[in-house]
Amino acid sequence: MFKLIRYLKPYTVFIVVAIALLFVQAMSELALPDYMSDIVNVGIQQGGIEEAIPEAISRETFDKVSLFMSREDKEKILSLYTLVDENSASYEENLKRYPALEDQAVYVLKSGEITDKADIRLTLGKALMAYSGIKNGGAEGNENFSMPNGITIPEGTDIFKLMQFIPEAQRLEMLGQIDAMVEVMGESTVNQAATLAIKEEYVELGMDTSKMQSDYILWAGFRMVLVTLLSTLCTVLVAFIASKIAAASARTLRRDVFRKVENFSNTEFAQFSTASLITRTTNDITQIQLVVVMIIRMVFYAPIIGVGGVIKALEKSVSMSWIIALAVIVILGLVGIVFTIALPKFKKIQKLIDRLNLVTRENLSGLMVVRAFNTQEFEEERFEGANKDVTNTNLFVNRVMVSMMPVIMFVMNGVMLLIVWVGAHQIESSGMQVGDMMAYIQYAMQIIFSFIMLTMMFIMIPRASVSGVRVSEILKVKPQIKDPENPKVFPKTFKGKIEFKDVCYKFPGAEENILNKINFTAMPGQTTAIIGSTGSGKSTLLNMIPRFYDVCGGQILIDDIDIRDVNQHDLRDRIGYVPQKGILFSGTIESNLKYADENATQAEMEKAAEIAQAVEFIDSKDEGYESAISQGGTNVSGGQKQRLSIARALLKKPQIYLFDDSFSALDFKTDAALRRKLKKETGDSTMIIVGQRIATIKNADQILVLDEGNIVGTGKHNELMKSCQTYKEIALSQLSEEELA
Amino acid sequence: MSENNNKDRKMQQNHGGPMGGPGVMHGGEKAKNFTGTVKKLVQYMKKYQVLILIVFLFAAAGAVFSIIGPKILGNVTTEVFEGIMNKVRGTGEGINFESIAKTMMFLLGLYVLSALFTYIQGWIMSGVSAKITYKFRREISEKINRLPLKYFDKTSQGDVLSRVTNDVDTISRTLNQSLTQIITSITTVVGVMIMMFSISWQLTLIALLILPVSTGLIAVVVKASQKYFKKQQSYLGKVNGHVEEMYGGHIVVKAFNGEEDSIRTFDKFNDELYDSAWKSQFLSGMMHPIMMFVGNLGYVLITIMGGWFAVRSMITVGDIQAFIQYVRSFTQPIAQIANIMNVFQQTAAAAERVFEFLEEDEEIAEVTNPIKGVQHEGHVEFKNVRFGYDPEKIIIKNFSCEVEKGHNIAIVGPTGAGKTTIVKLLMRFYDVNSGQILLDGHDIKDFTRYDLRENFGMVLQDTWLYNGSIWDNIKYGRLNATDEEVLAAARAAHVDSFVHALPDGYNLVLNEEQTNISQGQKQLVTIARAILADPKVLILDEATSSVDTRTEVQIQRAMNNLMKNRTSFVIAHRLSTIRDADLILVMNEGDIVEQGNHEELLEKGGFYADLYKSQFEEDFVETE
Repeated sequence: MFKLIRYLKPYTVFIVVAIALLFVQAMSELALPDYMSDIVNVGIQQGGIEEAIPEAISRETFDKVSLFMSREDKEKILSLYTLVDENSASYEENLKRYPALEDQAVYVLKSGEITDKADIRLTLGKALMAYSGIKNGGAEGNENFSMPNGITIPEGTDIFKLMQFIPEAQRLEMLGQIDAMVEVMGESTVNQAATLAIKEEYVELGMDTSKMQSDYILWAGFRMVLVTLLSTLCTVLVAFIASKIAAASARTLRRDVFRKVENFSNTEFAQFSTASLITRTTNDITQIQLVVVMIIRMVFYAPIIGVGGVIKALEKSVSMSWIIALAVIVILGLVGIVFTIALPKFKKIQKLIDRLNLVTRENLSGLMVVRAFNTQEFEEERFEGANKDVTNTNLFVNRVMVSMMPVIMFVMNGVMLLIVWVGAHQIESSGMQVGDMMAYIQYAMQIIFSFIMLTMMFIMIPRASVSGVRVSEILKVKPQIKDPENPKVFPKTFKGKIEFKDVCYKFPGAEENILNKINFTAMPGQTTAIIGSTGSGKSTLLNMIPRFYDVCGGQILIDDIDIRDVNQHDLRDRIGYVPQKGILFSGTIESNLKYADENATQAEMEKAAEIAQAVEFIDSKDEGYESAISQGGTNVSGGQKQRLSIARALLKKPQIYLFDDSFSALDFKTDAALRRKLKKETGDSTMIIVGQRIATIKNADQILVLDEGNIVGTGKHNELMKSCQTYKEIALSQLSEEELA
Repeated sequence: MSENNNKDRKMQQNHGGPMGGPGVMHGGEKAKNFTGTVKKLVQYMKKYQVLILIVFLFAAAGAVFSIIGPKILGNVTTEVFEGIMNKVRGTGEGINFESIAKTMMFLLGLYVLSALFTYIQGWIMSGVSAKITYKFRREISEKINRLPLKYFDKTSQGDVLSRVTNDVDTISRTLNQSLTQIITSITTVVGVMIMMFSISWQLTLIALLILPVSTGLIAVVVKASQKYFKKQQSYLGKVNGHVEEMYGGHIVVKAFNGEEDSIRTFDKFNDELYDSAWKSQFLSGMMHPIMMFVGNLGYVLITIMGGWFAVRSMITVGDIQAFIQYVRSFTQPIAQIANIMNVFQQTAAAAERVFEFLEEDEEIAEVTNPIKGVQHEGHVEFKNVRFGYDPEKIIIKNFSCEVEKGHNIAIVGPTGAGKTTIVKLLMRFYDVNSGQILLDGHDIKDFTRYDLRENFGMVLQDTWLYNGSIWDNIKYGRLNATDEEVLAAARAAHVDSFVHALPDGYNLVLNEEQTNISQGQKQLVTIARAILADPKVLILDEATSSVDTRTEVQIQRAMNNLMKNRTSFVIAHRLSTIRDADLILVMNEGDIVEQGNHEELLEKGGFYADLYKSQFEEDFVETE
């Protein structure tokens, strides 16, 4: 499985880029609640005024505000402002912005950076808050303030005027009182209160505060859209990279697997089975491709957004993080429980469905038998049993699974309630602001989602990884049949004499040899036939000649050269092989015949077809040699397939012919005619025929009788009838004695 | 969450088919008659209408509760906000926790109810859909046994199987999820709309404005990606086809040194697949970000406008919060409804296939007054039988013959001559077009099929056994047979002589591929099964080729045991059988071309003589 990761290696840079983009995406996503909170906190609540540092303040107001500061602080703040009156140079331009300048002098904030902003904000904030508290609270009396020394203020008194007369030492004592309050309320509330005071001052200065406010909201909104756009852009780019990487690595993987399988011998094919090799090359790789996309786009993303969300949430409030932790634990626990209950059942369901399928398939394939034995009811009961099992297990799983949604929803809703409840208390104690609380809810949801996403991934990926394992199994295989390092070459005058010397063969993992000490020689110009019952090893024997299997002991020589000493390509070039089932490829009759030799002429092709007794049916088709052959040759009969396969081998004009039970689907008449022609045409080629029918092999120059992997008789038909019991049994089961005579 | 669920499901579906795109892309197959099928399906569910009504009500209630939630929570936020503002201004008591707590308890109750309703709804619906699924499957299975064999000539096994599993599964899944989902979605959309309007009609209009934008964008993406999606499917098909073909013909590829050529072709297809694969993957991957973007755009718009309205005190801060949540839960169900519509189409197509199967013409009804209690002997007569699988194409034109009880009839002819036709007619798997077949003097149509088939036993070349023990498979011949009878049959068929060498003896369960006993042994079991059935008339198909010599001899002996004292129709391959037959029916191209015994037919010098010579006399190689 992990071997497959190297297929992603060439794309490391892209993956890194993708992850970087995912970071940007996550940050943008997480910034969105920030902007929303800004809009709510600053835009709406603070009237669009961000900080407790007014850009302008009338002299009159400042004088009152400055009552709540120490002298040094007052000096420090005044140094930040320029006093503007009708005599100032900048009067005209400032008048436009601050219409109240007409009646009074105004302090205008100097442009440029303020060095110790936080200090100044706090000092000014406290002063502004105190000022506005007294100003607005005035008449009703304000619990927040009490005059020093318990002085009671008579109604209608201008407190500020009064305060001017209080000695500085006493005023500072009052300031201490404010400080203590700030401790309780929190700076943010101070800031908030200050901004309200500033807003009032702005109104008094004749500024358009509502425009300021909507400008602020628009500006924040504009940035929010920009961030959204950025996030979308990142997502699209990641999608682009992910799909390219996935498709590219799938392409490489598919290519490698296909090449590998093309080099497999029959042994490896038997080990995996053809059907399984096909799914591994196609579906499994497609699955891997999908998983790669998913990993890049989601598996990487979930932790980034999760961790980001946690950081953001902690920024807003550390003390509420237990709520998120609780929610995550509850949901993970829930998902865990549901899946531990459901997962084994999922596997069981698959088995039960297979069972249902099996029963149905059996009923379908045995329709005639079922009806002949009047066992319809029995079949229905069998089906009923399987059906009940599937239905009940399915029902159980479904009922477990449907609990997920409502519970998760409930947990999420509960989390929201908790956050609001706890948040409200913190707001009360000035620990946070309302907008922060709202943003906090968003972060919490994002974190929980990312955990749910991760859990899903952890459930899905192992299932998908099965495909990975199956594919890497192919790549791991070391083909058993290889070309020699220093190949020999067949002599120019190639005869095609085949010699088996003590040849043994054992299927991998099998206990017993399927072939034992096989010795024989097939001479050029002669026909050697091999007969035996199913499982006697006769096909295996034949398939060893083109090295579809390699010997486990002994050797096979062609023209006295061990076939393992020549290249497979060279060896197979000399052999005309006709498989057991007539295997054809999609295309036309012509393309199938010319598969043996692309450059064959029409005349050669027709000649081969004639020998193979295929002319009649080819001519009967409207398009003759151009007639289409569908995949697997399903549109021609078994006999026709065999004849075309034979013609194909003939077109190769090899020195060695191997027929692997290639006449079985032909009727006796065609079989006979074909062999008669064949004998004439192939002249001095070496011919080996594997057969089941006595009639087919009766006239061979040499007949080998195989039984359970041993040659139990060699000779001509008449000799074997006398000497070989197995041969006689086979013969008698097919023909009567007089016919055999 | 439900979005996540959907993704999960899509992934699972993808598992089956090759590279499924997102649901929206499929377009999917469509039912030919959507409304008709839906009506039938509704009819099917009628029995559960009360339950389904409850499900609908609960689903809607669950949705409504979860809709009211945000609004109330929004009020809480507003209360907090105003409380703190008053406190800051110094004009109020601060946050009124008592009233907040009350509201929250109410909310908590609401959420509990919502979760409860949703769960109960899911619980009931799972039950209903399980029942319906079960019923569908049972009906299909029963239907299989009532359909005429003719039906299966034109329908593949895989097709029927896929109806039992895949199609019924699709229906079940839709009933389980999509049906209630659509109720939830519609309720949510309507409810959310109402709630949004109740907060602010201006904001609602803005939110609604987003919809056509997103639909438009998605349509563009879908259109673009569909092109590549189709391309991808076609190249995937090419790659798969090539792989199948090359792997299937691996031996030939090797034998003719075709590997390089094959790899070249593969690379070409693979490159083309790559190109379309990433493009379609990418474009379908754009859907989500685009939806997100439009969603966020809506979010921003709402915030800006909401802020603007809030400044002017037209709405409260809590309202904005609630509204934002509504907008989020508004776009989701709409996308869901679109998706579900697609699922419904597929479901209708699946249901249509199931109904089609269930409505297929069944075997011709039995006669109203079937003959009962006939003492059968096994005398068979064909009278002017005329038959064709396709009424347009009569193959047996006019066939008559009489078979005495206990006689052996050999049916011979080249491969594909239609040797099993007579057998199928005899057992009424097919009905004759005209003429009559008489069993012991009665037209076979006058018996019930059950009674008629009681008289027949069958041993076919295709050794059909089922996934049960050897014992059970023999007993299949007569399910009420006693153990002694089963054992006797097993002995007569020489099953007893090999069965003790097997791991579990008679209790050995045949595996699915039935590879744990040999072909010849299977043949013997089928013979035992037929012996146990003890029929008057036997139908045998001599299988020869794939059995080893010793078993072959045993089969021969078992068959001879079986044929004793019974009328038998043998699809013959062995010369001895043919020569010893009382009557030989020679078939060619579906029709019976000759009949008579061996000597008669040889003398006649016709088709049989020709066939016989080519099969069994073979000396030309030497003579020529």
